Amino acid sequence: MQAALERSLPAGSGEYLTFTLGQEEYGVDILKVQEIRGWERPTRIAQAPPFLLGVINLRGVIVPIVDMRIKFNLGEPSYDQFTVVIILNIGRRVVGMVVDGVSDVIQLNSDNLRPAPEFSTTLDTRHILGLGTVDERMIIVVDIEQLMSSREMALVDTPEQA
Amino acid sequence: MSIDMSQFYQVFFEEAAEHLANMEGLLLALDVEAPALEDLNAIFRAAHSIKGGSGTFGFTDMTEVTHILETLLDRVRKGELALVPEMVDAFLAAGDVLKAQLAHHQGGEAVDEAQVRDICERLARLSDSGTQTASRPVRYWVECSLAPEIAADAAAVGHLLDALAELASCEIEQRPSADQPRLALWATTAHGEAALCEALGFYALPEDILVRAGGPQKAYGLFAEQDPQAAQTDEPGHGLSEQAPTVPTSAGGNEAAGYGFFDDMPGVSAAQGQTPAATAGDAFGFFADAPGVPPAAPTVTEAATQRAAPQVPSPSHVRRASDDPSVETVRTGRRETDKVAYSATAETSSIRVSVEKVDQLINLVGELVITQAMLAQSASHLDPVAAERLLAGIDLLARNTRDLQESVMSIRMLPMSMVFSRFPRVVRDLAGKLGKQVELKTIGEATELDKGLIERITDPLTHLVRNSLDHGIETPEKRVAAGKSPKGTLTLKAAHQGGNIVIEVMDDGAGLDRDKILAKARERGLAVHEGMSDQEVWQLIYAPGFSTAEQVTDVSGRGVGMDVVKKNIEGLGGRVEIESSPGFGTRTIISLPLTLAILDGMSVGVGGETYIVPLTLVVESLQPRPEDIKTIAGEGRVVAIRGEYLPLIPLAEVLGQPAATLDLTQGILMVIEAEGGRAALFVDELLGQHQVVIKSLESNYRKVEGVSGATIMGDGRVALILDIAAVTRMGLNLNRRQYGLKAA
Repeated sequence: MQAALERSLPAGSGEYLTFTLGQEEYGVDILKVQEIRGWERPTRIAQAPPFLLGVINLRGVIVPIVDMRIKFNLGEPSYDQFTVVIILNIGRRVVGMVVDGVSDVIQLNSDNLRPAPEFSTTLDTRHILGLGTVDERMIIVVDIEQLMSSREMALVDTPEQA
Repeated sequence: MSIDMSQFYQVFFEEAAEHLANMEGLLLALDVEAPALEDLNAIFRAAHSIKGGSGTFGFTDMTEVTHILETLLDRVRKGELALVPEMVDAFLAAGDVLKAQLAHHQGGEAVDEAQVRDICERLARLSDSGTQTASRPVRYWVECSLAPEIAADAAAVGHLLDALAELASCEIEQRPSADQPRLALWATTAHGEAALCEALGFYALPEDILVRAGGPQKAYGLFAEQDPQAAQTDEPGHGLSEQAPTVPTSAGGNEAAGYGFFDDMPGVSAAQGQTPAATAGDAFGFFADAPGVPPAAPTVTEAATQRAAPQVPSPSHVRRASDDPSVETVRTGRRETDKVAYSATAETSSIRVSVEKVDQLINLVGELVITQAMLAQSASHLDPVAAERLLAGIDLLARNTRDLQESVMSIRMLPMSMVFSRFPRVVRDLAGKLGKQVELKTIGEATELDKGLIERITDPLTHLVRNSLDHGIETPEKRVAAGKSPKGTLTLKAAHQGGNIVIEVMDDGAGLDRDKILAKARERGLAVHEGMSDQEVWQLIYAPGFSTAEQVTDVSGRGVGMDVVKKNIEGLGGRVEIESSPGFGTRTIISLPLTLAILDGMSVGVGGETYIVPLTLVVESLQPRPEDIKTIAGEGRVVAIRGEYLPLIPLAEVLGQPAATLDLTQGILMVIEAEGGRAALFVDELLGQHQVVIKSLESNYRKVEGVSGATIMGDGRVALILDIAAVTRMGLNLNRRQYGLKAA
């Protein structure tokens, strides 16, 4: 497991952007983050899953917006001027992710990153790179690329859906 | 140090492809009987450029093929070989092989070696057989007036005759002497006119030399030897009359027919008939040598011409009647105009830019349009007096943006000739295979269309052309029996019509057979009845797998095709219509939007969101009266509009908009046309009409049913563009929930 963990850890910065969803704190590889924006009401899309809020115009590019709080059943989603959208670059796609707030950027390495135990949650443990500890806080480090491309997010056309 | 050539490969590929296309076009336009030298030269140059390029980049397989091709072409253009139809076929086949090789070098599949060898052999064989033709001895009549001092010198004359004897076997008719400087002889040689002229060139001025191949020399010979009065007799008059038609034909500008005529006339060399002036000149030169005639000769020619002309049947008709009945796709009569158009396109200077860059530019301009719309919207709240200058500036910006957008869009525009140019070949090959005679006419080749559309319209058009050839145009026998000319006409026409481009494929064949289609439809279990309108019956041929062909051939008959054609064209936002009348032909009309990047749309509001409906599909909008809305089985709703019942589709429901108006009398009904039928979309409100820039939803998300794309509105928000056909389908499936009719 440790070997797998080391392999899956990005060789790059080792820096993670942390954000809060409800009471929990999550981390994503900072190199996947394109920008952080304020809330803007997206255009709804018919027959989309509830966590897909719709699409916005990001300087001429149509970008889908997902709300992770709805996806993970974390607290009541509220949208106001403090709501934050993290714009992620996943492969060649751009996706926006609504979170409760962005905390800071932290350094994590294999010393303070522990594998997540196997258990059943809405967040498949396969998408969790590990659990990091910084100042007694537990940070759930998510493999955001894998999560966003996964079938459950329904963000990508897959042969099964077609 | 080696230079990495691969970076230039792409340029070579593009150029070679262009040269090949160019070559094919020229070959197809070539009049086999009288090829224009400049066309032959252009074909040769194209082959030569490909050879040079492929050699430079080390594509030796292509070099080999082009080399053989070039050798043959070179001989043809130098006049050593006569062009025959087999050569054109071989050239076209060689072009195909080269195309395949080019595709292979671009990462395509390997070329069939046997095919390459086959074409090389074929070309080499043509080249060889041609050599034999050329080297077959030809009997020439040689006449030459020597300078008196040479004629007087018996040794010099001897040398001359020796030189000629080396080249040819000579029968001397008149040996020059001091008092008669004229040399006349029959020379039988395989070396051609040029060699004879060259040999004589040492002793005489070129204008004094006359070398003619073949027969009418008899007349000339007679003429020359007789006294001037003989010109008044009928005998030489006939001789002259053979030349006389040159004047009317050439003057009419139909060089091809002129050539053809002379080709067939025994013995008059083709080179002679080029212009009336040349003919007169030749005649003059000839007569000048005849003793006693000189000054009178031109007059005699004229007189003889006038006298002889009425006796001569119209030369072009003679030629036409004996015309090779094989298929010709491009007519000589149109050659002149073609050439003008062709040279016009060839001369415009151009630069090569990758499509990516152009698309980027188009995207940026799209952004600019959105920003401009945003500004205009914000400025509309300003006080026109206080902000007069700002508003004027915004107006100007709007105009400039529109102009800019138009010019940028025009970069992507390509002429329809890009598509049409492939059909002469298709028609030629297919007509040959089917044993039909077909003339292809193209109209409106300069009509411009978006590059994306050009690429995607080619396949459907090819289907339609093949269909017309196979099912439409009848065999020559049937056509003659029906009282039509044995040669069918297939017309391709492109034209602008409003914001659309209309492409027509028209044939003068048998037309669609209504009874046959109905019978076939019944056989296939489709819902049909005798009372259907023609238009409805014609629509049946779009059903998947539908074919009335009695037998499946490799051309058509499998019934795949028309449904694909319709689907493809509808996928491009276009429509297909068929008009047909039995015995007179069929016309398929395709109308397409000019571009895929911009759409004329009607924006509608549903539950607070904005959606765009393509304007081309909107028939009308109206506010329904409660009594017009009826239910069927308590669920499905229809609305009566001017006596017609249309299914009612609540857009909010299809799109899952809970907040929408449910009261039908409070909203607007929009009658739309989709998939051959009509339906009424129920929306909350109409917002306006816009030109919207189409953005892909799929680049960052996935395909959404009922939505064909997205756009950005003036306020910066995203609006979804509806795929009306899909929305209608979804709506008809879902027409369940009860709508309240408050007023009812």
